[in-house]
This record gives sequence, C-alpha cells and structure tokens, in this order.
Amino acid sequence: MSVQSPISSVNDFVVRFANVNGSGSASANEMFARSILRHGVPVSPRNVFPSNIQGLPTWYEVRVTEDGHLGARGGVDMMVAMNPQTWDKDIAAIEPGGYLFYDSTKPMPASKFRADITVIGVPLTAITNSTYTDPRQRQLFKNIIYLGAMCALLDMDPKLVEQLIGEQYKGKEKLLSSNIHALHLGRDWALQNLKCPIGLRVKKADKVGDRIFIEGNSAAALGAVYGGATVCAWYPITPSSSVADAFTSHCKKLRHDPVTGKAKYAIVQGEDELASIGIVIGASWNGARAFTATSGPGISLMTEFIGLSYFAEIPAVIMNVQRAGPSTGMPTRTQQCDVIACAYASHGDTKHVLLFPEDPAEAFEFAAQAFDLAERLQTTIFLMLDLDIGMNHRLSRPLKWDDARQYDRGKVMTAEMLDEPGRDFGRYLDVDGDGIPYRTYPGTHPTKGSFFTRGTSRNRYAIYSEEGPVYADNMQRLVRKFETAQDMVPRPLQANAAKPTKYGVIYFGSTAPAMDEAIGILESRGHQLDRLRIRAFPFHSSVASFIADHDFVYVVEQNRDAQLRSLIVNENGIDPVRLIPILHYDGTPITARFIAGAIGDHQDQLKVTPLRKVKS
Amino acid sequence: MTYIAKPKFQHPGLPKNDLGFTHRDYEGKVSTLCAGCGHDSITASIIEACFELSIEPHRVAKISGIGCSSKTPDYFLGNSHGFNSVHGRMPSVLTGANLANRDLIYLGVSGDGDSASIGFGQFAHSIRRGVNMTYIVENNGVYGLTKGQFSATADRGSKSKKGLINSDSPIDLVAIALQLGASFVARSFSGDKTQLVPLIAAAIQHKGAAFIDVISPCVAFNNHAGSTKSFDYVREHNDAVNRLDVISGRDPITVDYAPGTVQLVEQHDGTRIALRKIDADYDPHDRVGAMSFLQKHAAKGQIVTGLLYVDPESDDLHSHLDTVEVPLNTLDAGDLCPGTAALEKINASLR
Repeated sequence: MSVQSPISSVNDFVVRFANVNGSGSASANEMFARSILRHGVPVSPRNVFPSNIQGLPTWYEVRVTEDGHLGARGGVDMMVAMNPQTWDKDIAAIEPGGYLFYDSTKPMPASKFRADITVIGVPLTAITNSTYTDPRQRQLFKNIIYLGAMCALLDMDPKLVEQLIGEQYKGKEKLLSSNIHALHLGRDWALQNLKCPIGLRVKKADKVGDRIFIEGNSAAALGAVYGGATVCAWYPITPSSSVADAFTSHCKKLRHDPVTGKAKYAIVQGEDELASIGIVIGASWNGARAFTATSGPGISLMTEFIGLSYFAEIPAVIMNVQRAGPSTGMPTRTQQCDVIACAYASHGDTKHVLLFPEDPAEAFEFAAQAFDLAERLQTTIFLMLDLDIGMNHRLSRPLKWDDARQYDRGKVMTAEMLDEPGRDFGRYLDVDGDGIPYRTYPGTHPTKGSFFTRGTSRNRYAIYSEEGPVYADNMQRLVRKFETAQDMVPRPLQANAAKPTKYGVIYFGSTAPAMDEAIGILESRGHQLDRLRIRAFPFHSSVASFIADHDFVYVVEQNRDAQLRSLIVNENGIDPVRLIPILHYDGTPITARFIAGAIGDHQDQLKVTPLRKVKS
Repeated sequence: MTYIAKPKFQHPGLPKNDLGFTHRDYEGKVSTLCAGCGHDSITASIIEACFELSIEPHRVAKISGIGCSSKTPDYFLGNSHGFNSVHGRMPSVLTGANLANRDLIYLGVSGDGDSASIGFGQFAHSIRRGVNMTYIVENNGVYGLTKGQFSATADRGSKSKKGLINSDSPIDLVAIALQLGASFVARSFSGDKTQLVPLIAAAIQHKGAAFIDVISPCVAFNNHAGSTKSFDYVREHNDAVNRLDVISGRDPITVDYAPGTVQLVEQHDGTRIALRKIDADYDPHDRVGAMSFLQKHAAKGQIVTGLLYVDPESDDLHSHLDTVEVPLNTLDAGDLCPGTAALEKINASLR
C-alpha cells in the first residue's frame, strides 16, 4: 500500500460516529456538533439510523464546514468506530489519509486496520471501568469520555464544551460535575498518551453569526403555532412524529391561557391517518385552523379525504415529511418521492398546492403561510418536508415574525354580510372571477347561509346535481382557482451564473445546500449554470420562462422517476428533451459531489469535439 | 334528488315551542328514500326532539358518512349546516368539528355499513374519546344503495331478499359502545316514535358520547320473512326495559307516575330524565349489568330497547384536553400567535 500522508484540514472535515442504537451516544454526539458551533464554525450534522429502537447500528455524521456548506459532503475523514458490528464497513469508509478513533481496550489483529489511515486507540472501556462501577454510568460516561478525547485530538477549546454541559445540566449539579469530570478524564488521557492535535483541527472563527440550530420538524411545528393552528390530529409515523411532538411542547409553553391555564389548542392522536385527516377536515370545515403531519404511507391512506377537500373545498394543511418509498420502503431514509402522489392525490381530476421549504427557516415560514393559503384557497396545502430537513439539526437563519401580521381567513361570509340587502350567498358561486367562492361557518345565522357540504356534484348553491354542464362548470371553476393559487404561493428563486450561459438547473427542497455547493465546484470546472429553486406548485410562470431561456435545464431531485420533472412537463407542456434528470435516490441525502459529478460529466460530454465520421 | 320543492306555507295554528318555532322550522328537504323507509321515521323523530327541546336549528351541525342513512341530514334541520362526508368517516369529521367549536350541538348520523364495517374503527375511537355528540346509527342490517348485501349487523342465520343465509356473526354496536365507555347508550326502533323521540332528546342534552342504535327496517331489501330486521320481527322481539320522558330545567315534576316505577336521572346540564321502568330490575347506571342483560336477552333472540346505560357524571373530549371555554374557531392572531418577543427568546435558546 502506498504511503499516504494524513489529511490535514482546519475547520473543513467530516467526522462520523458509528454507534449502537440505544447506547446513549446521541446526546454526546450532538454535544460534539454544538461545541464546534460555539467555536464560530458551522457544522451540518446528520443522523443515519435504522428503523429500530435498540441494538442496531446508528451513525451520526458531523460535517465541519467553515465555508458553510450544509449539505451532506460524502466521505469520512475521521471515524469514531464504537460499533463492532459495523467495524469492517466503517473502516472501509474512511478516506485515504483519514483517521480512525477506536476503543483499544481489547487488542485487535493488524488485519482489522488499514495502512493508509492514522489509527488512534483510546482504552475507553478500561478507563470507564476503572472509574465507574454502575453499568448504566459506564455506558453513558464512555460517550462523554470519547468526547473529551476528541476535544484534545481536534484542538477544541474545553471551556466551550464545559459551557455547553453547564447549560444542558443547569440545576442538576451532580450530573453537571460528573459529566465535566468524564470530559476531562478523556481529554487528559488523550493529551498524555497521544499526539495532539491531529491533522484535523477546529479553530475559532466567526462564521455562525446569529444563526440557530434547529430541526425542520420542530421549526414547522412552531410555524403551525405562529400560523394559528388550533387543531392537530396525527398518527405516529417516522419521520413525521416529531412534528406533533414539537407542536405539543411548543403549545405547552406558548398556548395556554395565562389566567385559566386552559389550552388554546387541541391535539388528538388519531387511530390512523384516515381519522387524522378526517379530524382536520371537520375542524377546518368548522372554521378552525387544523393540520396533520405524516409521511408517504399516511398520504396514501388520506387520499380519499384529500379529494373531498379539493372537491367540497375545505381547507387542510398536511405536513408530509417524506421518506424513501414505495410501500414501507426505507422508513428512516430520506427522499423527495411523494411529489406526484401529493400533487395529484385522490381519484378523479384533482390538483393540490405543494410548498417546498429548503430548510428549517423556510419550514417555519411556509408552515405558517400554509394556513393562510388553505383558508384563502379552501383546499389542501401540502408542506413537503423530508427526513433530511425534518429530523436533522440544521444551521438556519433565525426565525422571523411580523407582529403586525394578521391571519388571512379567506372568504368567509358573516351573519352581518348575509343580512346585507341584495347579498346572494351561493357556496360554490364565483362572485369575482378568482374561482374562490364564499363559505360560511356552521352556526353563523338562524336562517341564512346554511348549506349541505358533500363530495357529490352540486350546483353553485350547493344543491345536489348530476347535470353535465353544472358539473363541468364547477370543475372549470376549480381550474380557475388553481390558476389563482399560482400567484399566491412562494415564487421560485433564481440565481444566475457569473457569466451568461445556455444551461440552467432546477432543484427544490432539501437539495438546496448541496446544489449551492455544487455550483461552486462546477464553476471551478468551467461550467456555468443559472439556477432556479422551485418553492411551490402550481408553478409560477417564471418556471416556464426559465426553461425557455436556456438550451436545456437539469432537474435535480431525490427520487427515481424524476417526479418534479414530470410535473413540469405535464403542467407546462415542456418538451421533455429539454429537461435532463439528475436523480439521487439511494436514501442518503444528496451531496454536492454527486450533483457536480453528474452535471459535470454531462457538460464535459457536450464540450467534446465530435469525431468526424469516417467512411468504413 | 330533491326535485320536489317543499311548500313554505305554514298553518297559522301550528303549535310553537319556547323559541316560537313550529315543526316546519326543523324540517329539511323532501326525502328521496323509499316510501315507508324506517330512516324517514327517524328523521321525523329528530325533528320532533329538536322541536321539543327548543333548539335553535342553526346551532346544530349534522354530520354523516355515506349510504341511505347518511343522506337523511338533508331531510331535517334545513337551517343547519350539514356535512355528508366520506364513507365510514363521520366520527372523525364530527370529532374535528367539535374540537373547532364546542358550542354547537353535534348530531352524527350513520348506518350499519358506515359504522359497523368500513367505519368500525372510527365509531369505536370517537366513542372512546368521549366526543360530545349524539351518534345515531340507522341500523337496517343491509346495504340499501347497492341493492341488498348483508351488513355486519345482520344476524347469523338471517335470510337476504335473494334467499342467501348470513353465516357471519353479527356486530352489536350497543354492546361495543358499552364496552368502549360511551356514557349514554340506547337502542330503539324506528317504528316506536314514543320511545325514540325522548331518547334522542336526552342524548342531545347528554354531555359526552351518546350512542343510539335505531333498528330501522329497509322496506326495499330487508323487510321479508327470515329477516331479523323487518318491521314484523322487531315488533315481535322488542323487549323494552324502560320508557323515558325528558324534563328540561329544574321544574318540579308534574307528570303523575305510579310510585316505584320511575327513576329520575339528573344529567350534567341540570336536565332530568324520568325513566319509567318496564323491567323493574333493570338499572341503567350499571354498565356491567347492562352488558350482561344485553347478552342474555340476545341469546334468547330478544332485542333489548330503551335507555340501557347513562353516566350522569359524564364528561367529554374538551374536558380531557382542558381546552378554553370559548370555541377554538373564534380565536384570532391576538390569541394564538406568541409574537416576535417570544420568537426572539426561542431563537436565543437555539444558539
């Protein structure tokens, strides 16, 4: 094996912790990520975990990135190999010149290592066992001891880690001091016995600013609190359950009447996804802002109600934290694979509004906006999250709110309005051409404004009708309404290349950080690309004009079938040849390396001078 | 199809209730069900109960699933909002509606296909949660709109119109409602309006999940010899445990009852139900006793009707969730949005 010099890098590397699920490593690993943030250095952590509670392998990856690249990078510079089950795979994953950190209590045969990496052995079990007798403590403090050793190896400031521990165990002095003791136990051992620091180092910087560190699911749940959701009905499903958990904890802090202590919200764990969406539909019909959070299998179950929401025109907000499908698929892996399923959910001719946030800050904003849109448009609004945004802490701009902002409750006719002379109330009557009719809440007026809501066809006054022209008139109005939606939803954001170019790229959602980074890599390879980040469906007219302005456009997405591309082709009548799919769908988050590789290779082919045909 | 316009004319001499409404004010569109359908009698009983209780019609929300029974909310309380939702999903829609506005009266109308088959789960869970509602199943043991298939409440051994014998065990929704903790459980017969009207009135006044199973013969597909849901069969096998009168308010009872034959049940809102006992030993406060009574009589082929169980100390989902007294749908941004100051604190805690 060739001599490989160890990787040397300050504030730009990837550390991966390989652990056993349920071993209590998560909090130590998260503390590692947070303490680097305290150095003013951005990090992007990702959980890689199985659909299991205890015993199976789990990984936690921390990308240290002073440049602020928050997408997954790919590759591992330092492996903290704490799981014998995955040892061989973990060792193989280390980049040449990388580092291996392992528990050296038991001697390992040389064949278990690699010659092109730096092996760092710390007898974690021996240190732990000589200090602690309680098995539970041994398990937990072992994690803190390796955190201490990492601190020394990466030249991290122990005071910043101590500060974090102090914040975490505030008021629990015993836990606080024992954790700090364990931290120093590991750090001191490393300083005395190992060459510290190694080639990978954390150096204080000022690149974090006022950004916050939050999971997308929590941010979306907070958006629902700020957006005025009062009813949440849900059924547990990975990776969306933490939306409801977060909504519950946010509401406990923010939504109780200060005088009576009573709840200004109602959360119901449904018996299934059908009940969850039914509760949302019933609450919204009755004038409350309601939402559910689910994932792909839940969407499949909800589709009948989604059709009712579309046809009977009842607001609903569905947060879909996407995971790899089809069927049970890979429940703990990320994908953007429900684009078509949500855009056209339910039988018959239906179309639904989709919002695609790129990160927690947008998840917060779009979640709040979803309730305005649902009530204005009187239909289902999907907030399309995914596991990568939803279940990982992401460095994100701070959440913002305007105190002057009022909720847009849409076209709701009040008792006073119904009593106005000459006022004509027809539940499905389009009075001003935007395709959106007025509705009334149940119980509004003793004699006016009541109607019978149904999923069957009816005329403009909500009277049952199967007359062809009456049905078609209603379906056409729904098309008009969807056109109205186009100008209400978040617009695409365009960023042009430094130099004029004939090529563009379209992307959305959690692909954004990897895409932004890939653009830089591609530029350095001489490829210029204008980019358009789509943030909602129906597509704004700028999507079609962006495509028209370029010879061809790459569409980057995280599914097998190029679902967004199909939707663009179908909805905008684009020649499919002009949209080149760049697809990543193995369940891991898309990386800049992948995007730059796929687009770069395609671009390189274009630059090859064609060989002249030779007559044979 | 409601193609016949109902005349708006009202006879000036029609009796009026406390609010000055007549029966006509509680009616809806003309029924499109078959002539003689038991469901139309239930509709009439609902109208009668709402009239007698002097309910403001627009303060009722009528919610149903899909099927013959679920069409009926269009035929009563024309000034109420109605929601003919999704097959088997009335309970979840009603639960959501109730969460949004606790001040309205919720009337859930369902059928045996809707509640015992496709929506069996939703039926069970809405009862478990104690949603404040009146849940009426118009039970005919048959799928009428699709021309006569057995439903899950059809008795084993009963014969379909086409001559098929049902070999599956029946689901007794009353027994299940009792087991699931419904705080008001009754069974009645669409042909017995004097029993049904006060049951509906008492259920409406009950706070919590009130369930009424109403045997309602299908004249088109399940009213023949060999059916256990026909008019003749139910009349012959009806075993009423009690009759009841609803006495609104706290007025002294003026109805003259023979001593020892009446049991007074005071409900949460102060209204009282006077139960005229038919079966002297029957105690409607004993859930376990009711379940056992029901099973014993079912084994003998008897259909037990009446108010089978009532919990006078019942509560509902809103009290379990400890929600504010005002309807959630009346809260605006000022009530619901924590504002920028709170958000700044949250941001700070995430650094």
